[in-house]
Parts: sequence; structure tokens; C-alpha cells
Amino acid sequence: MSIEDDLTRYLLHLGDTALIQGQRLSQWVGHAPALEEELALANVGLDLFGQARNWLDYAAERLDDGRDADALAFLRTERELRNLLLVEQPNGDYAVTMLKQFFYDAWHCQVLQGLSGSRDERIAGIAAKGFKEVTYHLRRSSEWVERLGDGTDESHARMLAALPKVWRFTVELVNADAGEQRLAAAGLIGDPATLAAAWHAKVAEVFTRATLPLPEPASAFYLNGREGLHSEHLGLLLAEMQYLPRAYPDAVW
Amino acid sequence: MRSGELIASDRGARPAQPDDLAQAWHVLGQVMDPEVPAVSVVDLGIVRGLAWQAGHLEVVVTPTYSGCPATEVIESDIRDALVQAGFHAPRLQRRLTPAWTTDWITERGRAQLREYGIAPPDGSTSKRTLLGEAPQVLCPQCGSAHTELLSQFGSTACKALYRCCDCREPFDYFKCI
Repeated sequence: MSIEDDLTRYLLHLGDTALIQGQRLSQWVGHAPALEEELALANVGLDLFGQARNWLDYAAERLDDGRDADALAFLRTERELRNLLLVEQPNGDYAVTMLKQFFYDAWHCQVLQGLSGSRDERIAGIAAKGFKEVTYHLRRSSEWVERLGDGTDESHARMLAALPKVWRFTVELVNADAGEQRLAAAGLIGDPATLAAAWHAKVAEVFTRATLPLPEPASAFYLNGREGLHSEHLGLLLAEMQYLPRAYPDAVW
Repeated sequence: MRSGELIASDRGARPAQPDDLAQAWHVLGQVMDPEVPAVSVVDLGIVRGLAWQAGHLEVVVTPTYSGCPATEVIESDIRDALVQAGFHAPRLQRRLTPAWTTDWITERGRAQLREYGIAPPDGSTSKRTLLGEAPQVLCPQCGSAHTELLSQFGSTACKALYRCCDCREPFDYFKCI
């Protein structure tokens, strides 16, 4: 596979991950525990949709097969999506939601920081813009993990119960595939080893403050989001997200 | 670009007049942000440049947030205002780099935000602010520095929700990015 194909696949990976995380967050709208939380979750989701659009626009131009960003978002099946497994997992309770968000934000911040130094100016521009937004997301989710972990007996117990539900999916956050290694060597994305080290350090730091036990690093298993091998949850999410554009292909609003 | 626009725009092409750009800046100074209707797109710092290109006015716009839903509305408001002022088929260019920062909000824009009841961003995007140390947020109603954060996000992605501990009014704070 050429480096050009690696890059297009990677743009889909970034765009799909932001898109699915944004969709999960928007599922809280109407259900969040407090109005301020609902606004916050929806706004974080909005930032992610904007970033997803920027990545998918670029991916669509590179693919040049007549599909635009909307077609990539709404007309691909789960086998074609390249998002991280972590973000497609169900929201669960607030402990699960915030833990997922925190693991994702800690990864996302490092990814965008690395990309803002990309040789590709368009990628660097999108990433530099997103980095500012995601710094704020990470601050917020770190505070929530600390608050719930080091909170009441109930909230601490909820965090302990949430951890095994999501931890194994973090294996994808700290293990780049061969395509990403090639992109990093070509100066198009940040160094995966730096990213992994920074992610582990951030999680360790916040978990200490949150009085949560740090598990052993997760190990790979048979699913792989980058390759389109997803958990069963993604198909159900897409059924809802893609219903309208599939049922009414020419709908505009 | 919409289909047909190119043909229409070529018909209206004309050489630049000496005061075109000044007039265009003036027109854009009247175009308000749809979500903060007290501040113009110029004072918000999202109009990054005006130029005369191939017989048409070209406007460079930098969106505030990646996901700002007002981006398209702002672009069409800008286009409408310029067309009404006699600029034929202005061309809009969206530029992401360098990324928009609250440092680009003008002094006048900050005063207008305050009058409107929104606390303007605290100072500049120094490392201190970005790394999360609490900003100094003054109540736009009574000027008190005795304020507290209610929620990191307010009615839009660009704002946080605060409350004044003296006059007890809740208010929006325009976040520093």
C-alpha cells in the first residue's frame, strides 16, 4: 500500500472516530443528569462533528470517487468505518461515559498535537484548530474522572465497575498500525511512541488523583477498529445515525 | 461554489475602485454574529482579509470553532450584505490556518460583549489560560471579580456559564482559545 493510501485511510480513521464519539455524546441530549452537563456534552460533540467534517472533507477529496463528507459519514457500513473501538461502546452510566471521554481526550490531544507539526499543511491547520478545542475537553473529562473517583463511595464504586468495561479497548490508543508507522516516518503524523508514553503518563496522573487503581496495559484481541472489525454496538449506532439519509437519499435541510 | 455562479459572476466583474475595500470593511462592520448579535464579524476577528481578485471582492473568513453551526449562516450573511451594498458575486474563502483565537476580538468587540451581558475573554491566550488556571472573570453586570464557574460550556461552544457571587446574576463568559 502506498503512503498516499495510508494517509487517506488515516484521515478516515480520524474522521470516523470523532464522528462516532460525537454521535455517542449527542445520545445524552434529553437524558443527561443536569442541564449544564447536557449542554457541555452536546457542545463537545459539536466540536467533534466539526473536526470530523474537516477530516472527511479532505478524505473525500483524496478518494475522488464522487462521494463527499456526508456520503462517507452516512452511507458507509460498519465494516467500512475505521473508528476506534472505544468510542463506539455504549454510554452506560456517567462513570462509563466520562471514563471513555477521558481516555479518548487524552489520546486525541496527543494525536492533534503531533499532527499540528505535519508536513501536510492542511492537516497541520485542521489539527492546530482542533487541538485548542480538545485541550478544553481533556481538562473537563479529567476533572470528572477525579471528581467521580475521589467522590462518594457510590461514585467510586461506579468508576471501579466502569473501568473493566472500557479498559481493554484502550489497547488501540497506544498501538499504532504499520500504516501509521510509515506516516510518522514520513513526517505526516506525530511519533506513535511519544503519543503512547504521554497517554500512559496522563492516565496515571489523573488516576492517582482520582484514587483509582491503574490496570496493566490492555492487550490486543480479535477486534480492530482501524481494520473495520467492530463490536456489535457500532451497527446499532449507525442504524439510528444513518436512517434518514438512507431512507430519503435526496433529503436536504 | 454553486453551479452557475461562475457564469453570473463573470458578467459582473469590474475593475476595483479606490474606496472599494474601505467600503467593504464598513459593510462588514454592520454584519453581526448571529449568536452574539452585539458584535460584528469584523470585531469578532473572523474576517481575515479583503482583496480585489479578477474583478470581484474576495473575503477571507476564519471560523471560530471547528463545529460552529453559525459558520454557514455567517458566510451567507456576509455575502448578502455585500451584494446589497453593490458588490457583485463576492467570493468567500474559508481559511483554517492560522486558527482563530479570542486574541483577535477587538477592544470595541470586547466592550460590546460586556454591554450585551457576556464577559469577554480574559486577556490573551497565554499558556496560563490554556493550561487551565482559573481566568479572572469579571461580572458584566456589576463588574465584581467575585464570580464562580457554573459550567464549562454555556449556550454555545464558545462560551462558559458563570455566576456573580455579589449581584447573583448568572452570565455567559466568552472562553479564551
